[in-house]
Amino acid sequence: MDAPGPDEVALELDCRDLLCPMPVIELARRLSDVAVGELLAVVARDPAARVDVPAWCRMRGQEWVRQDTAEDGAPRYVVRRLS
Amino acid sequence: MSPQRSAHRAGGGAAPRRDLDAASASPLHPAAREVLLAALDRGYADPRRLHGAARDARLLLDNAREATAEALGVRPDEVTFTPSGTHAVHLGLLGLVRGSRRGEGVVHPAVEHSAVRNAAAWGGRPVVVGADSHGRARADELVREAARPDVGVVALQSANHEVGTVQDVDAVEPAADVALFTDACASMGRLPLPGGWAAAAGSAHKWGGPAGVGVLLVRHRARWRRPFPGDDRGDERAVGFENVPGALAAAAALQAVVAEREEVNARQHALVDVVRRRVAAEVPDVEVVGDPVHRLPHLVTFSCLYVDGEALVTELDRLGFGVASGSACATSTGAHSHVLDAMGALTHGNVRLSVQRDTTRADVDAFCDALPGVVAELRARVGLG
Repeated sequence: MDAPGPDEVALELDCRDLLCPMPVIELARRLSDVAVGELLAVVARDPAARVDVPAWCRMRGQEWVRQDTAEDGAPRYVVRRLS
Repeated sequence: MSPQRSAHRAGGGAAPRRDLDAASASPLHPAAREVLLAALDRGYADPRRLHGAARDARLLLDNAREATAEALGVRPDEVTFTPSGTHAVHLGLLGLVRGSRRGEGVVHPAVEHSAVRNAAAWGGRPVVVGADSHGRARADELVREAARPDVGVVALQSANHEVGTVQDVDAVEPAADVALFTDACASMGRLPLPGGWAAAAGSAHKWGGPAGVGVLLVRHRARWRRPFPGDDRGDERAVGFENVPGALAAAAALQAVVAEREEVNARQHALVDVVRRRVAAEVPDVEVVGDPVHRLPHLVTFSCLYVDGEALVTELDRLGFGVASGSACATSTGAHSHVLDAMGALTHGNVRLSVQRDTTRADVDAFCDALPGVVAELRARVGLG
């Protein structure tokens, strides 16, 4: 597999059916599965993730990139690993 | 019963129980207890009637109104007792909407209490503005939105009930025909009322009065019209048989709280500073939110990463600490706090701690000693921390 480009998501976590704080916990657990500089995304229907993923980035020194949608239309939150 | 009883033991030698949730409810103020007991016997009758027992009830109700007015610095005829703070909010806000000549638009920040948000959505057309990361609304933004021709009311709380930030109500000066409503439930008694409002609301159980008593204030010259069916009480804004003993006890508690607030506020402000400092220093990955200086004296909110709010509240309760949480699983609605959401603050792992009148330094130190272990244990359960 080719290395993903700078704006491609290297790893997408399916947390569609998990309640907060589980999506953020998954994000923290799997952060080290992507390289520094790569993008990691979490797909979560729990509306708290919209606030908690950017807050996690701020508290943990990672970069909040954007909110978009997964292929099935579920909300997806994208972060860049900085450390 | 001694008032000095913040740390008392539950049965069977369990951990001492410390209620650190004054923002939800305070125990009856000692100054209100005798008043309430006496008024239960003397103030049971219908204050509208013309016989002796009714005159007694009327006298007690008038006393309650006058004492409340004096404590708050308003006129007695501006005070109405309601069955709750929420009902006072509904009556106050909706009465201003009904009285407006401009329209049904209600401008309010996203961080208002649900009583305000729900009333605005039910009986008006909400125009919601944001808040900064401390939960503070911008007065100029409220005034700018209120310039729209169909906006009749601006609502701004005196202080935020979840994060404690004091709002700059005095700076909100909309056009003369736009009325300002202030939900003062979080601060009434503890802080002087701000100025400029046409109607305001308070809740007695938050200052040490009994539950079941709200205070509605409507300015003498305000354009306020009854939003609900009328009644034939003496006060045109009152609906239903007045809770005379409750109102009198609430007034006695309010007078006492106002008289002692300089001393109590300074002490509580320092206790909350201890919590803010120790939690930030001793718990990793925690966010202490709300304005650190311009805040309610007795209240602090913080959120812990990777922790379920309900589990946190339950574990703290097991250790004897009673606190509230704005996290989804720990709220009555199952939705996370709209206040934390509007601030962009972490919504999970949230704790709101609010000290009671008799909470001591030892109580808050015991909480701060226990918290890091509770958080670490909950994080260990999910393999983090």
